[in-house]
Amino acid sequence: MKRRPLSMAVAGIAAALAALLPAATGHSEGAAAPDGSVRRLTEAQYRRTIADVFGSDIRVVGRFEPDLRVDGLLAVGTSAISVTPGGFDQYEEIARGIATQVTDADHRERLVGCAPGPQDADGRTCAGRFFDRVGPLLFRRPLSPAERTGYVDVTLTAARTLGGFDAGLAASLAGMLSSPHYLFRMEAPGADGRLDAYARASRLSFFLWNAPPDQALLDAARGGALSSDAGIAAQVDRLMASPRFVDGMRAFFTDFLLLDDMDGLAKDSLIYPQFNSSIGEMLKEQTLRTLTDLLVTHRGDYRNVFTTRRMAMRRELGPIYTIPLAGTDWTMYEFPDGDPRGGLLTHAGLLALHSHPGRTSPTLRGKAVREALMCQKIPAPPANVSFAVVQDVNNPTLKTTRARLQAHLDDDECASCHRKTDPIGLGLENFDGVGRFRLTEHGERIDASGTFDGLAFSDANTLGRLFHDSSKVASCVVRSTWRYAYGRNPVGDDEQAIEAFDAGFARNGYRMVDLMRAIAIANAADPKPRAARRTVALTSGRSPS
Amino acid sequence: MSNPVSISRRGFVLRGLVGGGAVAVGLPNLDYFLNDSGTAYAATLGGRALPVRFGSWFWGCGMIPDRWEPKTVGADYDLPPQLAPIEPVKQHVTILTGFDVALDGKANLPHLSGNTALRTGSAADEWTQIEAPTFDVLIADAIGGGSYFRTLNLSADGNARTSYSFRNGSSMNAAIATPQALYRQIFGPDFHDPNSAQFTPDPRYIARQGVLSAVGEERRALLARVGAADRARLDQYFTSVREMEQKLALQLQKPPPAEACVRPSEPRAMPANADMTDTSTRIANHKMMAELLAMALACNQTRVFNMAFSAAAADLRQAGETTGYHQCTHEELVDRSIGYQPTVDKFATRSMEAWKDFVAALANVREGDGTLLDNVLVMAHSEVSLARNHDVTAIPVMIAGRAGGKVKNGVHIKGPGEPISRIGLTVQQVMGVSTDAWGKGAMRATRPVSDILV
Repeated sequence: MKRRPLSMAVAGIAAALAALLPAATGHSEGAAAPDGSVRRLTEAQYRRTIADVFGSDIRVVGRFEPDLRVDGLLAVGTSAISVTPGGFDQYEEIARGIATQVTDADHRERLVGCAPGPQDADGRTCAGRFFDRVGPLLFRRPLSPAERTGYVDVTLTAARTLGGFDAGLAASLAGMLSSPHYLFRMEAPGADGRLDAYARASRLSFFLWNAPPDQALLDAARGGALSSDAGIAAQVDRLMASPRFVDGMRAFFTDFLLLDDMDGLAKDSLIYPQFNSSIGEMLKEQTLRTLTDLLVTHRGDYRNVFTTRRMAMRRELGPIYTIPLAGTDWTMYEFPDGDPRGGLLTHAGLLALHSHPGRTSPTLRGKAVREALMCQKIPAPPANVSFAVVQDVNNPTLKTTRARLQAHLDDDECASCHRKTDPIGLGLENFDGVGRFRLTEHGERIDASGTFDGLAFSDANTLGRLFHDSSKVASCVVRSTWRYAYGRNPVGDDEQAIEAFDAGFARNGYRMVDLMRAIAIANAADPKPRAARRTVALTSGRSPS
Repeated sequence: MSNPVSISRRGFVLRGLVGGGAVAVGLPNLDYFLNDSGTAYAATLGGRALPVRFGSWFWGCGMIPDRWEPKTVGADYDLPPQLAPIEPVKQHVTILTGFDVALDGKANLPHLSGNTALRTGSAADEWTQIEAPTFDVLIADAIGGGSYFRTLNLSADGNARTSYSFRNGSSMNAAIATPQALYRQIFGPDFHDPNSAQFTPDPRYIARQGVLSAVGEERRALLARVGAADRARLDQYFTSVREMEQKLALQLQKPPPAEACVRPSEPRAMPANADMTDTSTRIANHKMMAELLAMALACNQTRVFNMAFSAAAADLRQAGETTGYHQCTHEELVDRSIGYQPTVDKFATRSMEAWKDFVAALANVREGDGTLLDNVLVMAHSEVSLARNHDVTAIPVMIAGRAGGKVKNGVHIKGPGEPISRIGLTVQQVMGVSTDAWGKGAMRATRPVSDILV
């Protein structure tokens, strides 16, 4: 077996890169960063980065490892997950697919723009130019000189192995896209022990745009503008004035409202022929458009999310909402006064998401609302319990879901949780398992009245009014926005900071844009030395050594 | 590439002498048959030529004990109604009843606690608090290293999150969830037919290996920069990189021939609107995946697999019915005239139909003087016994395959009140994991279930 040439070639590439380590990253040596400083890019952030750096015509093909939701937010899970062997397989395959396209005949002119020639026989200069451009955008910070040399050397070695410059460049780029510096946001302490400027830039752009820093933000970091509160505020205002701020707001609400779960939502097509996966996608889009119209375009009061009669609509959703609509694009539709529809609680997407495939579930709806919108934890049901009496749909005397669920409340053990979930869910019973309005169930008129935290409501509309007025609901969005931005659960005096944001939110008219601005600035400024924070989500009791 | 490697098949002749006393000849001591400690060699070869593979098979929502548990113990057990579908493969299947999950005072989180305790040997009442690896990961650590895929995680429900293989609560091994994706992973462009006479290493693997080797070099420097929890996560990332490098190294060597290996044809795609929760559709999908998996094993693509037919709290339904399997377990009234929940009974019985398909798929591949199943150990289990009460006592377990002659098939063993971790310990020991105890607290097991051992 003649294996030497192979292993020698491998060793050659490895040796070329070995030189760039370990002090490759340009960060100063010093105390370890606190836990929670390493966050895996989400699929959306990965895709956004590739589109920003190489263009939206570069296809990102492959399966991403599933994210992990921690206490309701995927953003918090990003600081808990890693990359499994199967997941790395996929990342590497996706990376090679991207790198091959970047260097192919259709794209190399625009994306590489140079080639080996008389002045640059092996392409060293060309490779250097390429990594000078894409390296900082992918790593969200400048490459160290050793890193730059390393990627150029890998390119040339791989080019010899593969018999072509473009193939070598693709191999090297695939390595960059498989690197921990790309797949993870890694925050390192700067020279003064505080957060370094490029980490600040990433905090701003991923929170406000759900995207990596653009060139202007990287320039601001390099120029020192992000070391002052005023400089940070200027960048925050720039990012929020961009149309891409809507993307950032959408990403927050997708996570906050679990709208990513809509992607795989299926309903029984015999029971709900109106529903299919494309309607599901539109319902998700409807909620996001409705929210950003109110909160970004109109700089609205978050509380009005629960009462507004203005809803994004399109013709295909007519059968769900039983309204006739012409045209093929999205439009803002205003439901008349007195219409049962109004406010987020009556969005068909959320109503369908928290239902069974063939019928509603007041308990699932109530649980979702309590957990997502009110930041309350509803425990799992006790293990040894029979639900048979509760939900026998053929029960001749208990025709409505309310009547059947009443059995929960007659049992002390069940009642402790169902008293929290069911009344809210029963208030939404006028909407079926895909969110269509209905007055009756099995011929019996539906009673959607109840009480919410001690206050009476008569239907979903009046329930929405109570949500509008609830300080718990308003405080929850503050807390969730903070956790989303920081990517972890609060510890220590973080709680006081959140209380202060909460007070400011109320004082300034509950404007979501103002809340996000304040949190963005505080998160990027990070005035404390980095070693001060001891623990983060999921690691209570453990501290960095 | 100026020096393509050409290897004669002569040096790699493997002879599976199932049931005979002769041993393999001509097998070179290739490092890809070994893990670092050499236990894989002992476990999988042990004097025979054909590798022994391990897998788990999962179905959700358990069974109705009176309708599932055989009344007679030992060989030639009876088949109660819910087990009736396995009749054609009964001789390959050992039934284990009465083994319990002990929660040690922890809450029984419905559909989670029983499953994680059974698979990790330790009860956990919250997903993120799961610490121990599942037994398949421990076995893969011991024997999985020599194959292109250390482990294959499959789910027949189309959902990559339906996986019960994890190193800890924040590190789940996601599943390949469709037959088409499975085919592409195994028999796609990276597949080398082990029986092909020609072998030319592809320089692209060399380039990839070199690039990844450089990525891996950063490990030490990066780990020094972060706190303990982040360090563990980055370390896992680097372990994954290292595994990929090892896979690429395998691609540069001619694989030993595998006489049972035949590259299958690509499975036809399910219709775009196929309802994967419909039980008949699911069974068909699962059967396709089982047959592809059998060939992946015969082609030595992996030694360890996990297959989920349905998720815990099974999402199975019958199209047009308002209430699915899981809801039925809690809501369907017991029919007094027959003494059980009739719809629940149907779903449980159909789940066993899928298990029969799975065992048959392995038994239908000829390997050596016997079948692939002779060289496999599959442990099938659910997350509960009676789903209606989320009962984690007497969770049903079945074992199929002879593990290269180490395990008895076709018997029913009762272990009333015994910790179910004894079964997990047994399969680890059979597969060559060097351990004499497994599990924590009341789930700590020190004695294997010797009744199933030859």
